[in-house]
Amino acid sequence: MWPKEFDYVRASSVDDAIQQTSDNTDAKILAGGHSLLPAMKLRLSEPGKLVDISRLADLKGISANGTLSIGAMSTHAEIAASADVQQYCASLATACGMVGDHQVRNFGTLGGNIAHADPASDPPTVLVAAGATIHIKRSRGERSVSAEDFFIDLFTTDLEDGEVITRIEVPNLSGHKAAYVKMPHPASRYAIVGVAVILEMDGDTCKSARVAVGGATVSAMRASGAESALSGSSLDDAALNAAASAVQSDISDALMGDVSYPESYRQAMSGVYLKRAVKAALG
Amino acid sequence: MSTRMFGSGIKRREDPRLITGKAKYTDDIKLPGTLHMAVVRSPHAHANIKGIDTSAAEAMPGVVAVYTGEAMNLPIPTGALIPDCNLITPEHPSLAKEKVRYVGDGVAIVLAENRYQAQDAADVVKVDYEVLGAIINPEDATKDGAPQLFDDVPNNVAFRWLMGGAENQEASNKVFEAADVVVKERIVQQRLQPTTMEPRAALAQWNAATEEMTLWVTTQNPHIHRVLLSGIIGVPEHKLRIIAPEVGGGFGAKIDLYPDEALACWASLQTGRPVKWTETRSENYVAMTHGRDHVEYVELAATKDGKVTGIRSTVYAGMGAYLTTFGAGIPTILHALIYCGVYAFENAFADVIGAFTSATPVEAYRGAGRPEATFLVERLMDKMANALDMDPTELRRKNLIPKFEDGYAAPTGVTYDSGDYEPALDKVLEMAGYSDFRKEQEEARKNGKYLGIGVTTYTEICGLGPSEVNGAIGFQAGGWESSIIRMSPTGKAQVLIGVSPHGQGGATSFAQIFSDGTGIPMDDIEVVHGDTNTTPMGWGTYGSRNAAVGGAALAGAITKFKDKAKVMAAHMLEAAVEDIEYEDGQLYVKGSPDNAKAIQEIVLMSHLGWDMPAGAEPSFEVSNFYNPPNFVYPFGAHIAIVEIDAETGTVELKRYLAVDDCGHQINPMIVAGQIHGGLAQGIGQALCEGSIYDDNGQLLTGSMMDYAVPRADMFPNFELDHTVTPSPHQPLGIKGVGETGTIASTPTVYNAVMDALKPLSVESVDMPLTPYRVWEAIQNASNGGSA
Repeated sequence: MWPKEFDYVRASSVDDAIQQTSDNTDAKILAGGHSLLPAMKLRLSEPGKLVDISRLADLKGISANGTLSIGAMSTHAEIAASADVQQYCASLATACGMVGDHQVRNFGTLGGNIAHADPASDPPTVLVAAGATIHIKRSRGERSVSAEDFFIDLFTTDLEDGEVITRIEVPNLSGHKAAYVKMPHPASRYAIVGVAVILEMDGDTCKSARVAVGGATVSAMRASGAESALSGSSLDDAALNAAASAVQSDISDALMGDVSYPESYRQAMSGVYLKRAVKAALG
Repeated sequence: MSTRMFGSGIKRREDPRLITGKAKYTDDIKLPGTLHMAVVRSPHAHANIKGIDTSAAEAMPGVVAVYTGEAMNLPIPTGALIPDCNLITPEHPSLAKEKVRYVGDGVAIVLAENRYQAQDAADVVKVDYEVLGAIINPEDATKDGAPQLFDDVPNNVAFRWLMGGAENQEASNKVFEAADVVVKERIVQQRLQPTTMEPRAALAQWNAATEEMTLWVTTQNPHIHRVLLSGIIGVPEHKLRIIAPEVGGGFGAKIDLYPDEALACWASLQTGRPVKWTETRSENYVAMTHGRDHVEYVELAATKDGKVTGIRSTVYAGMGAYLTTFGAGIPTILHALIYCGVYAFENAFADVIGAFTSATPVEAYRGAGRPEATFLVERLMDKMANALDMDPTELRRKNLIPKFEDGYAAPTGVTYDSGDYEPALDKVLEMAGYSDFRKEQEEARKNGKYLGIGVTTYTEICGLGPSEVNGAIGFQAGGWESSIIRMSPTGKAQVLIGVSPHGQGGATSFAQIFSDGTGIPMDDIEVVHGDTNTTPMGWGTYGSRNAAVGGAALAGAITKFKDKAKVMAAHMLEAAVEDIEYEDGQLYVKGSPDNAKAIQEIVLMSHLGWDMPAGAEPSFEVSNFYNPPNFVYPFGAHIAIVEIDAETGTVELKRYLAVDDCGHQINPMIVAGQIHGGLAQGIGQALCEGSIYDDNGQLLTGSMMDYAVPRADMFPNFELDHTVTPSPHQPLGIKGVGETGTIASTPTVYNAVMDALKPLSVESVDMPLTPYRVWEAIQNASNGGSA
């Protein structure tokens, strides 16, 4: 409740933010503040300076031009309500609509969310399944990284000091069947397990599948064994059971549990929720 | 034609300010020159303090003073000195001196110009700890070799209480020896963290000129605070003023006078400046009292045709690190005396061992002892029904105490006031469509769906209580209540009450009682509470006593009010007092209602005093102090219908039905609100709430990220109804209702889940019934193994 004393500046541009955080390792980027400020109030994080990028126009806005481009400072509420997101990747809208409560969704941003990389948060799982690309600006220019490679470990990403996420690019998945389902933690409502599936269908056959898991794992991650089990199948019970079994193997080295919901349970639930995700995707 | 206010479900007058953020809580009160206090708390569950270095903290900006326990002598008293149980009451210093005994135990305080500076300095107070072993489980705490919290408390046993003594134990043994069937269960009543919306806060202001201390504080009982605090800080009661401004929930956890509150007062005395302390939620979860925490071994005895004859228990009750105000009274008096519930058992016996543990102290939590008792009775009734292959509803019905209107002497030694249990059971069964449900359940099971139903019939003991009983059971407080009615010359009423509502809607329901009794319009009535300088002595709000005891005090005051008005009216109307009628605020001579005096005119003339009846006092004020002759015993029957998702272990509460009988209802909407809140907390215990400590005594459920407070989306619309069985001794015929929801709902939901899991051969799962625990139990049962 009582953070350590810190300085606050509002960045005038993305470059300004990069400059200010490159010069000062004690500085942190402030986006919506809904992960960072609670940590500061608990004195788990004690940055000397916050560089606020939440109002930078360059980082806002959602557009759909072949691919979906989401400005990093778009709020969860904006994404959840966006017709473009609904059309291109509806399960991202679903996931953003599950984050926190109204106040959190109105302030929290997708860029801030993925930079924080809480393993139990919902949007990263969908971004990994969707094959999203994270665009990053730094003093030396710009770079991009796939969502799959971006999330590395618990609260750990590919992002380096002095870098700012500018936008998140998501392919047009409007022709796919997709879903994100989760088991919410009764206390925090974060995911005990969250599963995103994106299915490319050819009639009743699943031509290809992308599957990602979060909540149960130290970071959002692809589940390639489950993808193989689903791909080429008719998504019948045998295929779903095989995929449910495969997903548990896929994540077995990256499991994460807590005092109420241990790893073994989350692993088992990843299989259950994978099946539910496929069923939800097929409607 | 007037509408009776009593019984009317009008909106609560408190709510507009509460829901628009205009209400003033303790932390909202700002005084110039205030110092802010931060408490340095132990990070260890059990450790010797080898030394405390405050020098770095003292040098921090804005710091005015840093104090450790050596600087003061502020022992916190306990209030439940239960006799005949070898109770040991070790000293509970406000700041630990030689030893800390739970994570959160205070070791130092920092006073600074603002809250940030206080916290910064608290962070650099260096305490040299020698860490000792932690002990959290109350049963394990009593075993040889367990870490010892106090040198003079062998095996951490604070007390051992045998209900009815050795004689009753022998009687119990005979009942069990004669039984055809005995069922047993080990029940863990998990530790709960009362999550009041407002954490605790205190603002102490010492006025050196007048030598008066004022404390604004989050309390359920300002007068108890005044008595206790006076003894601790040495400011006499007539110079000590306790104010409970808006208080955002208590649930029992704001009964106690806390160390932090005494420290704020003491610090104000030291510095001559106001001192404010407001805790964070993290602090609240470790340092505000917890509830429940029993490990119980319970048994029920019956004949083979289903006559239940006896109940007995061995209970290990966790006290936490120190005895709280009511701590020892909860698993004993408030628990075992209701072991017979609504049933005509021959005998009840309890062997209760209170154990110190290196955890947050345990105090009352909504229901306080009675939820635990009702749970074990109702759990055993279901087990007995299974053992006898009887329908659980029929077993209950067979054992119900028949209707009584004025007293039933239970074998536990208490006398229930009134009860008519079967109609409530019939009503709830009809609402739920019980017999149809059993068919639906059978069909669902064939389709792999696990539906379950739980039925509870309950009574409880509340409206605390007859003062003589308090004396006999060692409760260091009276049980009576008070009310003063103070009329102004223009006919406006202040109703000053000794109880201290903090969310119960008392300002509305007391105004309804008064308006109904006197004909004074609601808008002309202000209910005043929560300030020891303005309200009469009273014992506060807990144990469902607000309306049951406080309302009775007001009813008596209304009688005196009307008698006084009649004397004046008789004088003004030149009639005999006994001929005066008082109706809807009008006083007239019998048969002549057209020639009436309004109560407002009578009040005005009494104030003016120009022409008073002989011997009558001028002005218009009456007071009444009411000592209840007995407790009240609300009762009812509840049903829960659940469906289990066997793949995940998730429990879906599909329907919840409650028929409660709290006698006459002052305000049905407030009654429903109390039941809703109670149900939420009771179901929370069944399904999601529970403190978890690790082996080192660290509270792992120390924030709302991990401690699962129940939320609205867990619940279906509650289906409520009621029966009305007035209390024969309460002047308004009312019984308490603040705790019935928590008392009945935990076993109802638990039994429903176990009923659903029956085909999966799961017989017992420790609460809370989280998806993981239910799933694990299903896995273990289907693997043919035990857990």
